[in-house]
Amino acid sequence: MKDLSMHIMDIIQNSVRAEASLVELKITESQKEDLFSISIKDNGFGMSEEVLAKAIDPFFTTRTTRKVGLGLSLLKQNAEMTGGKMEISSKVGVGTELKATFSHKHLDRPALGDIAGTMVLLVGANPEMDFVYTHITDGGEYIFDTKEVKEVLDDMPVSDPNIMRYLKEMIKENLNTL
Amino acid sequence: MAKVKSLADLKKIKEELHAKMDLREKSNDPDAQVQIKVGMATCGIASGAKEVMEFLIEATAKRGINSIVTQTGCMGYCYAEPTIEVTMPGKEPVVFGDVDLKKADEVIEKYIKQGELVDGIIPVNYKTIDNN
Repeated sequence: MKDLSMHIMDIIQNSVRAEASLVELKITESQKEDLFSISIKDNGFGMSEEVLAKAIDPFFTTRTTRKVGLGLSLLKQNAEMTGGKMEISSKVGVGTELKATFSHKHLDRPALGDIAGTMVLLVGANPEMDFVYTHITDGGEYIFDTKEVKEVLDDMPVSDPNIMRYLKEMIKENLNTL
Repeated sequence: MAKVKSLADLKKIKEELHAKMDLREKSNDPDAQVQIKVGMATCGIASGAKEVMEFLIEATAKRGINSIVTQTGCMGYCYAEPTIEVTMPGKEPVVFGDVDLKKADEVIEKYIKQGELVDGIIPVNYKTIDNN
């Protein structure tokens, strides 16, 4: 994966497959504390203890189209390369929570990349789902909440290409102020 | 147009777009739309599916193609990612592999607009991509 936003896109696909109606993404970056963390929480099916135990095994997947499942193991590897770690907790019928932490200043930490574009693609491709994206830095906090966005847009779909373009711009502009 | 920085700005934009949107909404019959699914599993994302999906959304809108671009999971063709499945109204879906931005442009211009087949079609030996 080229950057962390791609990992995020990939991990959230698991929430989509788990039929989550709400996904909460929280990115915390602190240069003071040398911390970069990504937390993804959904209210999807969740995983049994048995599946959870195998989830980070690259040769385990619940898909039937192929025999490998690299998404979680790649993120874990990336986190551990910087001295960080990845943890997952899950409960059947409640949902799943994943947290990956990285050393902020570590040379091997991938850049965040185009997180605004990633969020907007997720929102546009899954208009029935809600997403809350919180980004916290030493300089402040920004929250992008699709429930608020949908309220403003009323009957206009979030999947409209014009709306997606403006949403991306809005997220970018706000992140630039942090 | 000033930049959209807040929900208030978004609301203003929405008002401006509304009249145009109404017209488009009326033609949102799924059977009349070109449906494009982009494979967005780990294999697809790592191969550039995000850029391809962004391009398809922008390009089909700009070129006035009545389409819906969405995402799907792994179709099992990891060796040929990024993959896209295109369903023209009334036709069987066709899966294209190794779709970079140039190929995506070619699929729009030749297959979607003119109905011509282009290189990169993955042979139809799959049942469905909805159950992955």
